[in-house]
Parts: sequence; structure tokens; C-alpha cells
Amino acid sequence: MNIKNLVTLLGVATILTACGESKVTGIEPKDMSDALFSVMEADRTVYTRLIVNRLVKEDKVIKASEHWKDDKALVLPAQMFRYGSERVAEKGANFSYSLLSEWPVNKQNSPKTEVEKEGLKFIAANPGKNYYGEETLGGTKYFTAVYADVAIASACISCHNKHKDSPRTDFKMGDIMGGVVIRIPVGS
Amino acid sequence: MNSIKKLWLLWLVVSILVVTYLTYNIGTDEKQAFLPGKATHGHHQIEMSCASCHAEPFGGADVIQGACINCHGADLKEARDSHPKSKFTNPRNASRVKVLDARECITCHTEHKHEITQSMGVTLPDDFCFKCHADIEDDRPSHKGIDFKTCATGGCHNYHDNRALYEDFLAKHLNDDVMIENGQNPSRSLANDLVLMSNYPVKRYPLKAITENSIDPLISVSDKKNVKKDWLITSHSKAGVNCSACHNEKQNNGKIVWSNKPSYETCRSCHSFEVEGFLSGKHGMRLKEGLGAMTPEMARQPMRKDAHGKQLSCGSCHTAHNFDVRDAAVEACLNCHNDKHSRAYKKSPHFNTWHAEITGKSMANTGVSCATCHMPRKEVKNGDVSITLAEHNQNMNLRPNEKMVREVCMNCHGLGFSIDALADKKLIEGNFSGVPSVHIESLNMVTKRLSNSKKLKEEDR
Repeated sequence: MNIKNLVTLLGVATILTACGESKVTGIEPKDMSDALFSVMEADRTVYTRLIVNRLVKEDKVIKASEHWKDDKALVLPAQMFRYGSERVAEKGANFSYSLLSEWPVNKQNSPKTEVEKEGLKFIAANPGKNYYGEETLGGTKYFTAVYADVAIASACISCHNKHKDSPRTDFKMGDIMGGVVIRIPVGS
Repeated sequence: MNSIKKLWLLWLVVSILVVTYLTYNIGTDEKQAFLPGKATHGHHQIEMSCASCHAEPFGGADVIQGACINCHGADLKEARDSHPKSKFTNPRNASRVKVLDARECITCHTEHKHEITQSMGVTLPDDFCFKCHADIEDDRPSHKGIDFKTCATGGCHNYHDNRALYEDFLAKHLNDDVMIENGQNPSRSLANDLVLMSNYPVKRYPLKAITENSIDPLISVSDKKNVKKDWLITSHSKAGVNCSACHNEKQNNGKIVWSNKPSYETCRSCHSFEVEGFLSGKHGMRLKEGLGAMTPEMARQPMRKDAHGKQLSCGSCHTAHNFDVRDAAVEACLNCHNDKHSRAYKKSPHFNTWHAEITGKSMANTGVSCATCHMPRKEVKNGDVSITLAEHNQNMNLRPNEKMVREVCMNCHGLGFSIDALADKKLIEGNFSGVPSVHIESLNMVTKRLSNSKKLKEEDR
């Protein structure tokens, strides 16, 4: 069902963005972004809880590692998310998404644009609310949405709290650890 | 004839000559007139095959990029490229792309710019890392004051391949000794794994050894006795591959005729991985692009004069009919290569290990031949089976030479020693006779960082 929804949304989005700034007759960028996030969040939760947390923390049968290939381990949930977003980009989809944080293990995932900085601050200060804005990057105007990424399993917090590169080591279950940023081009 | 008419006539004659020259030039393998500048060491062999990179006239950057990926995409994937295109297509990196468009290979590797081409075919100044990592010392105080020119040239980082250089890998190998206990090369496994390979033509070549009685009649062979003697000791004959398997070639009209000199296509029918490697590497890339075979004379590396005219194919190193891989692993190389590193090999400790192995004084797979390092054995997936085969594409681990660390050096040596040895140009020139006089700081930096992070954690408690 989720995949079906995603395919429909992508179709609508393609038509929508192909029109540039002409009259929007299809789904609003905000609705599309919210729907995309619901799919991403669901898949991310399933992978984190049913695969990583269960096998690593509960059943203790395998490790999850940033260097999963060398360590013959599970891909970390954040990597799973990033690889998915890279595949989407490779396929030429007309939207992009990233997982960012004010306390990232990898510094490249710090907020960079003004909207990212403002969005991450907003979702941290307003639990349960999303942030929506617009920005122009590389000559293209984007509708940008920022959604909270919450610690939903003990694997998330124990890994981030112990990691040598983590700038924050006091995460608790339910804390907002970062945000998912979705961008949809809406004109040039 | 007045002077204006004479001038017109002269113009016409010159034009015809120029057009004729250019037309002739574009129709031959020697398109020198169209070459905008000397090609890099990686591409000079195929510089006359313009269409290999400029696949479509006026195709623009996308066509060139497609050509780069067509030849180098698989290598980059295997190298777990640290800077893949996907890192730069996200709009959040638009500001970076503006200063360095890392989505396109040619941003850093512009061809035909001999005058500004540096090692690895890079045509940017050495300090290009600065463009995106200018604030590195905020995150890594240990990097304060280190010149950006040395990031990718000092033995610590590579732009694409950091499999042997990433911090956690260094951390795992901080205490490696110079020699690994019981270190040796992976054992080749084709002979044992043939039965597991779904694409091996077992019906054509049942795994039953050929004997003097079952060998095919030797057609057009003058030295029947020696050919037979050589052949009967080969792995081929032991695996049931008879003379006709290679010498019977199918022509375009379907007719099967005897060929005295089977081509690499014949070898490919059973050794596809090896032939693909050969065609992608320095020995066979001209053949892949439809040019004449590579000859040592064309090489930019010093080659022996008496080898200049040799046309390289599988048989140049794997000589018929004994196909002795030990011969192919050393003597075949030294028959052509004449640089200092090659000439120093037979006086090196590596050669001593090789000599001990081939004379039966030490265990199998403990010797280091030329091929051990430059055509290393690696695990290759064949369906759901992994087979250990020789990588015939030297580019896979030649430059930057740290690519060799994990696949080759670390079979026998510790990580720190390997990194230092590969950073010592003199030591390489002398074929590793001696110990490294160069020391790369990266392992010390990791040790310091780990100890600092441990201290901080203890303070937090």
C-alpha cells in the first residue's frame, strides 16, 4: 500500500514539477511532502525496530556497523536511509531528501542552508510540529519541509551516545535526534 | 593567368590538400591531426580511438561522463568511492557544486591537458580539498597547519578509494607487526570450483583428463612430440580440455575451422573474468577499443628494446602449449618491462620468497611474484559461488598505490608498514629491498585521537 501511494505521488509530482511555476492543478507540495515522509518514517521505523534493534539488541545475533561490508554487519539505520535517498536521486526523481542533525556523527550531515538551520531548531523547540519553508538553491526554488526524527529504539541512542564522533552523548528514548529534510522543486 | 586567378588556384589546391589530409587522418588509426593535446598515462594507448570517450559528436558533457563511467564505474563501486556523484546531486550541496562540480569526472580529470596534468590524471591544483573541507581543523584539531596540498598526496587520504585509509580501519590495525604470522597469498581455486560454476561448459569438456590416447590429432604442428609433452602436463588437459577446444574456431558463417593462433575471444569462452580484466587493463585496452594490439614500443614505461614489436594478447604471457602460470607471473613480465623496479626484482626479498616457492623449498602461495602484486588473486562471484582468480586489470590496484594495501600487501604485512613502504619512492624503485625510510603520520594521529576521546569519556563519568 505504501509503495502504491509513493508511486502515485511520484507521478503526480512529476507532472506538477514539470509545469514549473504554471498553475498548480495537482497535489500541493506540502501534501506530497507529508505523504512522502509518512512512507519514509514508516520504513525507517520498521528497519530500526524489526531488523536492527531486534537482531542486535534483543536477539544479539549480529552487529550493525558503519563499516558493514568490512565488518560483515547490518547497515546502520541512518545509512539505510541515505542509500535509499541516493537511489532515488540516481533514478532522477524530482524530489530529494536527507537526514540531518544539529548533533551529527558525520559532520557533513549538519544543517547547512538557512532553512535547514531554522527548520531543525523549530522541530526541536516544537515537538509534534513540522517545519515548512521555501529556499532557492543553485538557481532552483524549492519547497522544503523538515520533520522530526525521533529516537524510537534503544539501538539509536546507545550507538549515538557511545560513538566517538558524536557531539552529543545524552540522548534518551523519545528525544528528537535530528530531522528529515524533503525538497520539492517548485520553479526556477 | 593574372595574380588573382593564381591566388584562387593556390587556395583551391591548399584546401584540397588540407581536406584530403584530414579525411585520410580521420579514417585511419592515426588521428594525430585531431588530437588537441597529449593524453594522460591512463588513456594514451587509446588516444586514437576518439569515439571511446567522445561517443557522439556534439554530445556534450553527459556523453563524456557516460564514457568515463562505462570504463571506470565498476572500479569506483568496488573502491567504495568516498565522493560518489550522489553526494553532490542533492540540492543542499549546490553551493559546493558551484565551486567544484564533482558530479562530473572531467572537473578534476580534464584530458589532453598534459601541461597541467598531475599524478592520477588530476588537472586541478593539489589543494583542491580546501574547496569543501576548509574548516577541517574545527572537527580535527590534529589537522591544524597541515597543507591542503598534502591531503591526497601525503599517504593519508585518497579522493575515491580510502578502503585502507579510513580511520576505523587504521584503528583496527594500530598494533600490526611488520609481518603477519603465517601470511600468504590466496590460493587459486578454479580447478576445484569448476564443478560449482553454473556457466562452465562441462558438457563440452567433461572433467576427465586427456591422455596420450585421447588427445586430438595434431594438425599443422611440426614439433608434435614437444607440443604433446607440454600439453599433457597442463591444467587444461587435466580438466578434459582437448586441442580442438581452442583451435576449432567458429567462423561468422557457422563453419568450424582450425585456427593455428586462437584469439583472446577463444580464451574468453572459459576465462571471461580474466579476459575482461586483460581488456580493461594496460595490456589489452587497445584491443577492447578496436585498435591494433598493444606493443611494448608504445608504452611510456621503459621496455626492453628486443621486446618492442611484441603484439600483446593472452598468449604473450601464457605461452603455448604449457601455459605455465609461474612463467607468466615473472619471466613474461621481465621479458618486456625494463624500469628500475622491474630490474631490481630478482635481487629483492620478494624474489627470494618466490624462488623458494617454485623450487619447492617453501609452501605454496608464500612466494611473491610480479603478478602477486600487480595481478593479484581475488575472490570473484560466479553465480552464488566465490572463486579465487587473478585480476588481469592492473589499474585496479596500481594508482594510487594505497589501493594495493588491503588486497595485496596485507596478505603478509601489517597496515602501518605497508602504508609507509608504498609512500617510499626509493624503496619502490629498489623493489622493496630494505625498510621504509618514510613514515606516514595517520596511524599515530588515530592513536592520539582514540586516547583523547577515551580521556574525555572518563572525564564525563
